[in-house]
Amino acid sequence: MSNTPKIIIVLTLITLISGAVLALLDSYTRPKIDNYRKIQENQAIAEVLPENDRINEVAKDGYVFYEAYRKHELVGVAFQVSGGGYQSELVLMLGLSPDFSRIIGLKILSQVETPGLGTKIEKDESNKEDPGWFINQFKDLRTLPSISYVKNASPSRDTEIQAISGATVSSKAIVDILNTHIKKAKAARGIE
Amino acid sequence: MKQKTAIQEFLKGLWDENPVLVSLLGLCPTLAVTVSAINGLAMGLAATFVLLCSAFLVSLLRKVIPNQVRIAAYIVIIATFVTIADRFLAAFTPDISKALGPFIPLIIVNCIILGRMEAFASKNGIGRSLLDALGMGAGFTLTLLVLSSIREILGSGTWFGLQLMWPFYAAWKVMVLPPGAFLTLGCMIAAANWINTRRRS
Repeated sequence: MSNTPKIIIVLTLITLISGAVLALLDSYTRPKIDNYRKIQENQAIAEVLPENDRINEVAKDGYVFYEAYRKHELVGVAFQVSGGGYQSELVLMLGLSPDFSRIIGLKILSQVETPGLGTKIEKDESNKEDPGWFINQFKDLRTLPSISYVKNASPSRDTEIQAISGATVSSKAIVDILNTHIKKAKAARGIE
Repeated sequence: MKQKTAIQEFLKGLWDENPVLVSLLGLCPTLAVTVSAINGLAMGLAATFVLLCSAFLVSLLRKVIPNQVRIAAYIVIIATFVTIADRFLAAFTPDISKALGPFIPLIIVNCIILGRMEAFASKNGIGRSLLDALGMGAGFTLTLLVLSSIREILGSGTWFGLQLMWPFYAAWKVMVLPPGAFLTLGCMIAAANWINTRRRS
């Protein structure tokens, strides 16, 4: 009955070796994983901001703002926002004009919505000419007083987008995320 | 019971003791990730890798690990290999890693792997354990590949991302949704049972 020491020794050794192996592995794969994330992020920033010659990173109140400059003039600000969708977390890269009154571009970084319905927020396979019609609606959209959506109709105001039929929750989620975060980010940057 | 030959040890995992179709093990990843053929294949290969490595170590250490803590020891060994597989997928095939999401880490609690360790690798030599693991892994991978191919072809009209059906094929969206997984798997298990019953009689 005195195999307690053996139990302790064996389990300790197994966990120690396992920990060492994983630490080694992590030091090898982490740079690669971070590098990939950085490339994805830079691509997203480039997509949602206008032509610029310099990007300046500013962290404030939980946001990381990427300020785009052209000839020393601020032309746009991008930052990452996220929130709950229909069944997954939606992560977006949002590009705004310097005063936050107009969306320059919007890109979905990650979503795992219902295939064939909610996934249309990123790519609508049923629309052969323009699979990205939903997300492209946000281009040049006005943000004041707030963004809203309409169902089964063409938007009539410059703050409106058309929701995807069959995926209203996912469409609404994006609108809500944008409204909440634009307001919060404005406060963080001190814009009236 | 008669000792199986090496080739039988491998082959049993493919059909007679197929982990999914006969033992009904590992159904959670089977149902969840098989929306496209590439996901099914990647999931199967990752699980096979973990099975092989864990079977090797568990079989090697079967006389060292005290009986009372064997499950804890198996879990640590399995978890280590799962993490290795997960990090490698994230570093070298980020897109697949993203698509499989939490299901790679969940291989840790995949009952096929723990089941084979407990039922086989802890009682048999390294050679046999590896053959058993390879057979089970191959059976799992092939089942996932067939299941995910059926779902992707019917549900998206593509196979491994290649357009397979005619251009105006109306995809059965339900096949890539959860009900499609249950329908397809149910039909596959029914077919396997039917074949086995006929073979026996």
